[in-house]
Amino acid sequence: MTALRTKALAALAATSLAALSLTAGPALAQSAPKDGGTLVMGTVGVPRHFDGAIQSGIATALPSTQIFASPLRYDKNWDPEPYLAKSWEVAKDGKSVTLHLVDNAKFSDGTPVTAEDVKFSIETIKKYHPFKTMLAPVTTVDTPDKYTVVIHLAHPYPALLLAMSPALMPILPEHVYGKGDIQTNPANLKPVGSGPFKLVSYKQGDSYVLEKNPDFFLKGRPHLDKIIVKIFADPENMVLAVQNGEVDVAPLLSDVRDIQRLEKAPDVTVSNKGFEAIGPINWLEFNTKKKPFDDVRVRQAIGYAINKKFIVDRLLGGVAKRAYGPIAPGSPLATTDVNHYDYNPKKANELLDEAGLKKGADGTRFTMTVDYIPGSVDIGRNVVEYMRSALRQVGIKVEVRTSPDFPTWSNRISNYDFDLTEDDVYNWGDPVIGVARTYLSSNIRKGVVWANMAQYDNPKVDKLLNEAAVEGDPAKRKELYAEFQKIVVGDAPILFLNTVPFAIAYKKGLENVPAGIWGSLQPWDNVYWSKKN
Amino acid sequence: MRKLAPRLISAIGLLLAVLVLNFLLIHAAPGDPVQVIVGDMGGASPQLIAQMKAQYGLDKPLPVQLGLYLWQVLHGNFGYSVYFNMPVLDLILQRLPATIVLVLSSLILAVVIGTLLGIFSARRPRGILSHLVTLVSLFGFSAPVFWTGIMLTILFASVIPIFPVSGMFSVRDTGGFFAQTLDLLRHLVLPSVTLASIYIATYSRLARAAMLDVLGADYIRTARAKGLSERRVVFGHALRNGLIPIVTMVGLQFGQLLAGAVLVETVFNWPGLGRLAFDSILRRDYSTLLAILFFSAILVMVANALTDLAYRWIDPRIGGGRTRKATKTPAAPGSKSPGPAKG
Repeated sequence: MTALRTKALAALAATSLAALSLTAGPALAQSAPKDGGTLVMGTVGVPRHFDGAIQSGIATALPSTQIFASPLRYDKNWDPEPYLAKSWEVAKDGKSVTLHLVDNAKFSDGTPVTAEDVKFSIETIKKYHPFKTMLAPVTTVDTPDKYTVVIHLAHPYPALLLAMSPALMPILPEHVYGKGDIQTNPANLKPVGSGPFKLVSYKQGDSYVLEKNPDFFLKGRPHLDKIIVKIFADPENMVLAVQNGEVDVAPLLSDVRDIQRLEKAPDVTVSNKGFEAIGPINWLEFNTKKKPFDDVRVRQAIGYAINKKFIVDRLLGGVAKRAYGPIAPGSPLATTDVNHYDYNPKKANELLDEAGLKKGADGTRFTMTVDYIPGSVDIGRNVVEYMRSALRQVGIKVEVRTSPDFPTWSNRISNYDFDLTEDDVYNWGDPVIGVARTYLSSNIRKGVVWANMAQYDNPKVDKLLNEAAVEGDPAKRKELYAEFQKIVVGDAPILFLNTVPFAIAYKKGLENVPAGIWGSLQPWDNVYWSKKN
Repeated sequence: MRKLAPRLISAIGLLLAVLVLNFLLIHAAPGDPVQVIVGDMGGASPQLIAQMKAQYGLDKPLPVQLGLYLWQVLHGNFGYSVYFNMPVLDLILQRLPATIVLVLSSLILAVVIGTLLGIFSARRPRGILSHLVTLVSLFGFSAPVFWTGIMLTILFASVIPIFPVSGMFSVRDTGGFFAQTLDLLRHLVLPSVTLASIYIATYSRLARAAMLDVLGADYIRTARAKGLSERRVVFGHALRNGLIPIVTMVGLQFGQLLAGAVLVETVFNWPGLGRLAFDSILRRDYSTLLAILFFSAILVMVANALTDLAYRWIDPRIGGGRTRKATKTPAAPGSKSPGPAKG
């Protein structure tokens, strides 16, 4: 607990420094950011609406982090920074967190942001946000005065600070969103927030326009006058549009060929910095209740039969990083001290023999079906196509099954109609939010995509995950998660391949492009054009 | 009125069939809109999934859902788009103008260019240029429309970037009405040519066959013998009769043109009904897709009715008892045209 407190104090000191640098403004900056200009973004995500409090996912988080402010924001070292909360304290027992809000923040309709709005937002997120575990430990929220919020917890909950990021905790005005059913509130499409930009128009599925919020509480920000987001039906057209200058920035690329093409484009910079908190991992997931994949030796054998180095270096052109376990590399809780399943067909053959799956006359031990998420060419289709020849070497015949669209795939996999599937799943910050769901036996829920679809069941893992979720001591917590990672990789319900190669591509002259742990899913208030655009 | 009533009854029956069949077809596809939404959200709890299914009525048995849907449509309510979060009718009205612009411009382009090419090659059927027209038309006809679209995009938006990659307007401010119209036209060129490419082939082949037929008729020889200029003979006398199969084809192909728009709009990111239909299929947005198909059916019916009217205008003898016969058995390429309107 002491360590937690130290961390909180350190954060407070960092906070004060950061606040100081903000007020000091351009004088301290190396080169003063220029105000003005329009930024055209290209995306393939269609936001159903803009209310990130009740809708997760990248398509909504991208605009929601511009429209709404949140209590905290994060730097690239996973350290919290002040945002709507100018400072915060974690109680000694870890069972409450107090936020001290800035007193000059206003919503775009002119009303001030108060503690009541924060309380309302936390309660709304707890009730309606798809990530149920995220605020589950929150019991009550008190508002002793207009600018102080006290969040009470059932137990120490270290993940809370990360859950206060812009991508996860937009602060909504209670007087707008508190009326009637929030799911059908018209303000979801015409949002009122206190972030650096405000929405001025949305043509469903086609484009939306964000304009500078002149009342934004951080003085001198944002620098851009306008952000126009154009929605593309496919990434290829979007990449072409970046190449020929129609679009200034593609905030979230994930296809290797797109990244490589734009790396070669003149006047375009491609950055893969950040995104660690989104933590996207590409993996192969077994149906562990189906024979012969209920045998750990068979799963491990397939792990040894696949050359991960070939996948990362050749198929993915070195653009993606190798992932070794369930916590994405880059997270302070990730460890590489796990079995790496280095390519070893001999060992794979031995394990399969040991499991009693002898080769037949034609050299085949058994036939299996492999699925992949539709649309993912490099990390999906190409990888499973490679598996066809890789597993043939150890006597396994692979039949690749294609799904025409996402609901077809999700229907098959979540109803356990599969042997093995490629899948890419996001960590979403803390393991409590995006990692535990895949391994907790209590989360084996038929029909629910990205629950424990492998039907993996290990009481030791359940215990470790439940303990780590409430462990306040960061070092102890790290140990618990390290042990969890070791066991899961050993049990191999999932074979971890690589990170999804997220990248931002932007026109030269655009400065301070977000490179923090949330990648492009954070406020673009400090972004500016160094040359006239 | 006597003729209108049975037509109306069959039209209503047809629309009902369109609704019911499409409803059953889209529900036969695996998954539902809630799965798509959950996919976009990066996962959701079972409670939230159950709540959303109940909210959108997806927890009810299929026949009940169908009954409720038909009842709703009967009252002029096409439902709420689960994915796009707005009333379906508003969504369709928002997208309709883009499709009308694309489809009409492609249709005009296909008919005008196709007919001119047809006339041109009919005049010298064995000339090199005639063969060239045949070759180009066949290429346009054989190439899949999405492939043509992608090739044109690569060529004219990337290699020689003279046209924008996609969309209907530049997202940046382009200026006043005149500048915006020019901007629209620039965006329209590639999708419109792509969609027209298949139909140019159809119309040029059709016009060629019809014109060959007509140009060999006695009344044309008479017209020429009278000393009329070739231009007057072709455009004043022959073309009017040569147009009958083309008009028939326009009416018949209107539905196909809308189907082609789905692909072209998707390739070129054209914000019309076609792309909306494509998005709705992928996202299992049932109400949106059903409404698009319903309105498309109405559009096709209207197009057929207009074709009937056009016949009467082109050939005043068509009408009365013969109208329906002409509608049902459109003149095939190379078949005998109804004969000279005037000597």
